[in-house]
Amino acid sequence: MIQTETAVGHGRTVALGLAAFVLLALAGLAMPKWLTFLLTMAAANGLVSLGIVGLMRGGVVPFGQGMMLALGGYAAALAFNKLGVTDALLLALGGGVVATLAAAPFAPLLSRYRGIFFAMLTLALSMVTYGLLMKLSALGGSDGFNLGRPTLFGQVLADAWVGYTLYVLTIALATVMALLARVYFDSTRGLVTLAVRENELRVEYLGGSVRQAMTINFILAAFCGGLGGALAVMSLGHVEPTFSFWTTSGEFVFVAILAGWQSVAAVFIASTVLEVVRSFSSAYFPNTWQLALGLFLLFVIRFLPKGIGSLWMRGSTR
Amino acid sequence: MAATLTILIDGLTYASWLFIVALGLTLVFGVLKILNIAHGSFYALGAYAAASFVGWTASMKWAPELSLVAMLLAAVAVAAIVAPLTERGLMRFFYGRDEVLLVLVTYAMFLIMEDVTKLVWGANPYYVSEPYSLFGNIDIGVQTYVGYDFALVALALIVGLAVWWGLNRTRSGKIVLAVIHSAEIAASMGVNVSRVYMGAFSVGIFLAALGGAFTAPMISVQPGVSVGVIIVSFAVVIIGGLGSIEGAAVGALIVGMARSLAVHVAPVTELFSVYVVMAIVLMFRPEGLFQRIQARKI
Repeated sequence: MIQTETAVGHGRTVALGLAAFVLLALAGLAMPKWLTFLLTMAAANGLVSLGIVGLMRGGVVPFGQGMMLALGGYAAALAFNKLGVTDALLLALGGGVVATLAAAPFAPLLSRYRGIFFAMLTLALSMVTYGLLMKLSALGGSDGFNLGRPTLFGQVLADAWVGYTLYVLTIALATVMALLARVYFDSTRGLVTLAVRENELRVEYLGGSVRQAMTINFILAAFCGGLGGALAVMSLGHVEPTFSFWTTSGEFVFVAILAGWQSVAAVFIASTVLEVVRSFSSAYFPNTWQLALGLFLLFVIRFLPKGIGSLWMRGSTR
Repeated sequence: MAATLTILIDGLTYASWLFIVALGLTLVFGVLKILNIAHGSFYALGAYAAASFVGWTASMKWAPELSLVAMLLAAVAVAAIVAPLTERGLMRFFYGRDEVLLVLVTYAMFLIMEDVTKLVWGANPYYVSEPYSLFGNIDIGVQTYVGYDFALVALALIVGLAVWWGLNRTRSGKIVLAVIHSAEIAASMGVNVSRVYMGAFSVGIFLAALGGAFTAPMISVQPGVSVGVIIVSFAVVIIGGLGSIEGAAVGALIVGMARSLAVHVAPVTELFSVYVVMAIVLMFRPEGLFQRIQARKI
């Protein structure tokens, strides 16, 4: 792996990221409500998939990342209802922190696993979380529970603006995380992760710690997932155990595969594609949308094995 | 005492159909190195096909015993139709790719089949109750058990022994073992590896469909049955060790008993007891209880 991205390159990336954010935020003013909601969910879910991409760069795919979504979502909803924390930014960051703290004890353990064993262990953990959430009547059991309207920086959000405000907050946090992810991916540790994917033994011989890299990637993925979960729950106004079910995790993996591991922007584009496909097909072909999704996934794996990101990232990473 | 017996018998019944399904999963993994998420969909197909076939025998006013034959034929039909389509039409394009990527290919297949079953059979539940009363009731102590449950245990034993015998005592079984050991060397010795893949995949689908067909009388066959079965059978093969028949048997027993214990003793834990066991086994014996540790490839 040869890094050709330079500090100048990052300057350009930051400028592009900020420009994309400003454009989206301005465009949001003119968008119909359903579209801002769709993009909010795409950005929030994209954060979860961003964590998966971070792990995929090291060659492992978690099949239980829905657990992070659920942890972040439940943490934010509980903080809102029980602790009286209503600030959207605090709730979002709190969701990320709780998911991180909950995942951290498992990270050193998971860092020993590869391939399907990693996938299956993360899957088992998420299904245990799902089972617990289903049965805990204090948390609403299988129905989950609702949360009210958050505030932002002490301001009460008016009816007309609540959707837009959460949209801007979500894409702002997504932009920040995307830029940080790019910087991390191009850092020494980020490149060690890529090397792990190629050959673990060589990384160890060269003095890198494979397990340390994997542990940190898993913890970062948990933070991204928790953050995304809290943001999604605030826009939905509702949280339920299915967040942690394996099919939800499957959708995040779908987005990560569609995006590929090279480009960060691709993650959010792929997430938007999934949301668009989901909303349109469930409106027009409610019985065949999974069919369409499956065929699409097969197409991507067969013809774009490195994801849509490989379409424009060809030159920068070899 | 009676409670213990109930837990044991419930666990054994649950373990028996689970073993049949997991055996197919472990066989496909052993030969083709694919952890097949769509395996649950084949289970569901078997259950739906059994519902249709048993429905026909009932409408023809045939003897109720023939419904057992109908269920068997349903599983055969699913394997005969679906195996060539999926293996030749799809899976073979992805052989040799990364194991996790293959999991995703089967995930795509699962998504597709979820909707295909809905398109063919609709979203309403089917009930196949006729065969369930064929074996009468059996009284043990104060409890009454349904004879069908014990018949299922017998079926699981027969299937397990047949697969073991087929693999270890027949010529084609030896060929399969050779392919499991090294597909490349087997091919160079003149073995038609793609035919072995096709055969193993078909048997795997047949076992999934057989499990589905014979559990159909005990459940309501509706969308969503595949989703639960996949993960539980994953738990079985992970606990037992991927690619091992003995492992699938022991894994099924452990999962069956864990679930039955949870249902009768601590119902709150029913939904996740199985996954706790799976997580614990993965933590201490990542390769499963019956898998030899493999050397790491450089």
